[in-house]
Amino acid sequence: MTRVGVITFPGTLDDVDAARAVERAGGEAVALWHKDHDLKGVDAVVVPGGFSYGDYLRAGAIASLAPVMTEVVEAAGKGMPVLGICNGFQILCEAGLLPGALTRNEGLHFVCRDQWLRVEATNTAWTSRYEAGAEILVPVKNAEGRFQASDAVLDELEGEGRVAFRYVGGNPNGSQRDIAGIASANGRVVGLMPHPEHATEALTGPSDDGLGIFYSALDAVLSA
Amino acid sequence: MARIVVDVMPKAEILERQWIGSVRALDRLGIAGVADVRQGKRFELEVDGDLSDEQLEQIAADVLTNTVIEDFTITRVNA
Repeated sequence: MTRVGVITFPGTLDDVDAARAVERAGGEAVALWHKDHDLKGVDAVVVPGGFSYGDYLRAGAIASLAPVMTEVVEAAGKGMPVLGICNGFQILCEAGLLPGALTRNEGLHFVCRDQWLRVEATNTAWTSRYEAGAEILVPVKNAEGRFQASDAVLDELEGEGRVAFRYVGGNPNGSQRDIAGIASANGRVVGLMPHPEHATEALTGPSDDGLGIFYSALDAVLSA
Repeated sequence: MARIVVDVMPKAEILERQWIGSVRALDRLGIAGVADVRQGKRFELEVDGDLSDEQLEQIAADVLTNTVIEDFTITRVNA
């Protein structure tokens, strides 16, 4: 069975839902701890949401320097699929695995709502199960979700088809070009602010649209 | 002991609505003439022994700031 690591830092909130999403998709979730110096032989990694280290210094800044992230950066360099959700996206940006930065929401409020996204890139390790242009409904909940990067970086992301998800039906936080999620140049690392792990069944979420992300990663591991 | 000051400012292209709010608050106080307010951070480091310029640069660039959105200046106060 495909083993997907889910990292817990002090202050992580969504590791349990992320692990549950992995298992609903048919994978085996493996708990990883921020002090770990190895990835326990996992095939892919999810960096979940929350407030790692209390958002001290900057959201994701301290977590990006944790021992386990050294291992994640090295594994990502060898092509391991890595997904960052919300605070996890912030951590991957701080760790240099994804470009840009997440800053205070334009409206200064913590925004918590169900949000429509359009899947823009289906050639990444985490989005291959979606049809291009598919619209999915998943929760978004953050105060620092405004994606910002230089125009040159934004143009590069657009030009290379690395905008993975875009907000539709209203931009919740002022993210540049309505960007909700992006991918690395090789498509193996994806980060997004909204929470697909909270949308895996109708009982507890607005949809099960988020499951496709986890199915995609399992496919990516098997086809590698 | 030496004191190192690292001043951090958001890059010019970064705008935050709270800064605009600060200008408006000054307007309401009747204070005219403030065209813009920008907010940054100041770190003061107490350092044992000598840190090289390269080490200070690393501390500022890799930890204290996110160079995607922030610029920094390093000042040795009483070296």
